[in-house]
Amino acid sequence: MKNQSNSTVPFILYLADNNLILAQRNSEWCGHGPVLEQDIAITNITLDLIGQARMLYQLAADHINRQNGNQDATEDTLAYLRNEREFSNVLMVELPKGHWGFTVLRQYLFSEFQYLLYRHLSAHADEPLSAIAIKSLKEVTYHVQWSREWVLRLGDGTSESHQKMADAVQDIWMYTGELFQAAPFEDAAVLQSIHTEWKQRISETLEEATLIVPEKVFMQQGGKQGIHTEHLGYMLAEMQYLQRMHPNATW
Amino acid sequence: MSVHHLEEKFQQTVDAEIKIEAKDWMPEAYRKTNLRQISQHAHSEVVGMLPEGNWITRAPSLKRKAILIAKVQDEAGHGLYLYSAAETLGMSRDQMIADLHSGKAKYSSIFNYPTLTWADMGAIGWLVDGAAILNQVMLCRTSYGPYARAMVRICKEESFHQRQGFEALLVLSKGTPEQRAMCQDAINRWWWPSLMMFGPKDAESTNSDQSMKWKIKRKTNDELRQNFVDMIAQQIKLLGMTLPDPDLKWNEARGHYDFGEINWDEFWNVVKGNGPCNKQRLQARINAHEEGAWVREAAVAYAQKQANKKKQVA
Repeated sequence: MKNQSNSTVPFILYLADNNLILAQRNSEWCGHGPVLEQDIAITNITLDLIGQARMLYQLAADHINRQNGNQDATEDTLAYLRNEREFSNVLMVELPKGHWGFTVLRQYLFSEFQYLLYRHLSAHADEPLSAIAIKSLKEVTYHVQWSREWVLRLGDGTSESHQKMADAVQDIWMYTGELFQAAPFEDAAVLQSIHTEWKQRISETLEEATLIVPEKVFMQQGGKQGIHTEHLGYMLAEMQYLQRMHPNATW
Repeated sequence: MSVHHLEEKFQQTVDAEIKIEAKDWMPEAYRKTNLRQISQHAHSEVVGMLPEGNWITRAPSLKRKAILIAKVQDEAGHGLYLYSAAETLGMSRDQMIADLHSGKAKYSSIFNYPTLTWADMGAIGWLVDGAAILNQVMLCRTSYGPYARAMVRICKEESFHQRQGFEALLVLSKGTPEQRAMCQDAINRWWWPSLMMFGPKDAESTNSDQSMKWKIKRKTNDELRQNFVDMIAQQIKLLGMTLPDPDLKWNEARGHYDFGEINWDEFWNVVKGNGPCNKQRLQARINAHEEGAWVREAAVAYAQKQANKKKQVA
């Protein structure tokens, strides 16, 4: 990744937004999972993602405050007081949680990407960022393992679960291309090499799950430029309402 | 040995403070009472995830969001320990869940009240968990071993939750006028339902005497309720808030706080299913279970396929 000061903050915010928005979606499962043990497991992942988002927002806030010479930015101003067009997460993470199969498939596709990206960032020149990547890599390794197992189980489970997963793959695939479309704050060459490895890992898993990797799909994009799906506005309205309604209050 | 002798020996074991274990002989009524109570407790943990889960997506800061999610997740964990403890008495978790969904098994009525504002998260932690803890600390010494051991683990986490709830209210109590009003309103709404958590008055409690004799319970409903009132009447001073009871007053002679009469009509109505959220809570559990059926079936089918593959290789 580029390490120029003008691209560092947008890049950190991009990473943070992906984590927060996916956590917010996954948190909708808490209390509603298909079985108690898995309710706990998806909630663990949610907590990891929030933890990563917090570290990244705090880091971004440090950079912003240093640039502006004040202390105005915090993890909460960045999460709660930016609007729809300012969030730069990929579209994939803001999609509704869908059924359990959609949730675990999305988690798997995203976690494999996150794993490869964090592995690369572990050697990043921005030392606090590489420290976050190293710490997060352990968690993401587990997310990959857990979600991969569920993709296998559901893909190769019953004919009903197979069909649901085959449909989910079709529904989500058009949102995968954006992960590898370099924004100005990203390094295209790095993303390209991650893409190759990601595709290989995903193909192996889907094949083992008796699912087919879609070909020649027209890819949706825009999240990194703040052009989102209609879902994000509702999510932020819900997430941010207390901070918006009670300006400057402490919680 | 005759049943009479077995019962006598059982009572001696209980009186000697030796824990009853799953494989020990026990009176059928003791088994049934424990099974009812432990499964009801497990259901309460799981249904109890819903009113707080209601605020996860709206938590006002990332820290509060993380704390709330972790708390609700702890409750799922408590549900698991308790279902396991109940299973030692001979009923499967599937059957217990079926009984919850059919309405045969109950859960704590407190979760049939709605969570209307963010301050309710603090009030539930402080008052509802506070009331639960008094009951649970007692249950750490209950005579049935698996239940007592589950409670020891649960109590540690619950007291943490109570402190977090109080701390969340403390922040509101020092906040803006709107936050202070929100805090007082939540206390007003949760106070009486929290007192109801200890159950009917001793004089009207059907299960109490035998449960005391078997040391399933060690304090009566009224004793525990009084302990709770005494504790909260002190703690609320730190918040600078009030409890919604004009009759609440320190009684020097008794060494306890006197308090007003609970609305027992409301209590029995919520127990009977007429609370504001009874239908909604149960339906949410049924929906989660039914919508997860294909997932559980697929997991079983996949495990079976994997086992068959291993067999073929071997």
